[in-house]
Amino acid sequence: MCLAVPGKVIEIKDSVGIVDFNGIKREVRLDLVDVIVGDYVIVHTGFAIEKMGEKEALESLEIWKELLKFQEDY
Amino acid sequence: MDLYKDRNASDTIIRKIFELSKDLGEIKLCHVCGTHEHVITHYGIRALLPENIQVVSGPGCPVCVTTQGEIEAAVKVAEKGAIVTTYGDMIRVPSKRSLSDAKASGLDIRLVYSINDSINLAISNPDKKIVHFAIGFETTCPTTAVAVLNSPDNFYVLSAHRVVPPAMDLLLSSGKINLSGFIDPGHVSTIIGTKPYEPISKKFHVPQVICGFEPNDILMGIYLLIKQIKEKRAEVENEYVRGVRTEGNTKAQKLMEKVFESCDIRWRGFPVIPGSGLSLKNEFSNKDAYKEFNIEIEDIPEEEGCSCPEVLRAEKIPSQCPLFGNTCTPQSPKGPCMVSKEGACYISFKYEKPFR
Repeated sequence: MCLAVPGKVIEIKDSVGIVDFNGIKREVRLDLVDVIVGDYVIVHTGFAIEKMGEKEALESLEIWKELLKFQEDY
Repeated sequence: MDLYKDRNASDTIIRKIFELSKDLGEIKLCHVCGTHEHVITHYGIRALLPENIQVVSGPGCPVCVTTQGEIEAAVKVAEKGAIVTTYGDMIRVPSKRSLSDAKASGLDIRLVYSINDSINLAISNPDKKIVHFAIGFETTCPTTAVAVLNSPDNFYVLSAHRVVPPAMDLLLSSGKINLSGFIDPGHVSTIIGTKPYEPISKKFHVPQVICGFEPNDILMGIYLLIKQIKEKRAEVENEYVRGVRTEGNTKAQKLMEKVFESCDIRWRGFPVIPGSGLSLKNEFSNKDAYKEFNIEIEDIPEEEGCSCPEVLRAEKIPSQCPLFGNTCTPQSPKGPCMVSKEGACYISFKYEKPFR
């Protein structure tokens, strides 16, 4: 139920956008987010509920990289 | 996103989990999200963990925790001539009168993917009343708020919305299960952020980690929880940084605050949980189906024999229910957890049954 899928905004008309989910394009309401064409969004029941932040994602990757360093210990 | 599924990365995290948890005794972690249960079971994550770490499923499936009284309210609205719309699995949930039985008897009950589809139905049927039976946690509530504020006069909402943190508080207050930490739901947190969980960590001294939905997100979440336990910390950490801001989605929060007020509501398998429901504020009573159709939620006792209440309270795992896989299957479900694609019993039947 709280399943949500990431996709890329490729068109915006008022509060409705077209989002590309790996080739499948669907209308998505954009009332809950501030986005521009090209942004990635998380979509739940036909609504974008958040913009996926690239900066945040990369920051989170830093935590990952740190953990993966342990691999070298083995 | 490959890193989140990479098997070598999984191995590294698992090794760290084994190392950290060696001397920690029995650890029971609980998640409250149907999609997390799906990921954990689909990827066989429980089998990869040390023996002293157990991951149990809590009340994370909105379809499963909706009461028979609320389903009955939706049937009554349809009996009064409205077209009732709702999300997927809700239709098949067994109840005093299930929505699928009501549909078969000729009532107009329709399945929608989005509340936006219901609004479009209202626009194309101006002479009909359209009622959306709105279930779901914080992830879904803002979409209903948008609909209440932007829909034609013949569109109404029958709210069965619930918020998650009060149920987590109740799980710990009940004292029946001894939880060492929570895997917090990712997309609920996308909306509410990290703050609403903090009082729970303070009150019960339990660590929490908000997790994403790839297998390594879950493993990383478990690792961070074990690390907190080891260091005797009880904080709310965010592993799912790419989908959850600390403050959450403030635009969505404002819309929710504008439209809803909190109310006390019973959950299937639970008593009334104070402040865990969302009803429409008085100024939106023209959109409130309970008021428009003069309907109250009946108190209907749970079916006997079915262990869904215990499964939802994290006291039993699906295979401990006497009906599981015998008289209760996805083809012929006896309780809501076997119906919903996010129900613990359905997921266990789909992925684990052949091995038990």
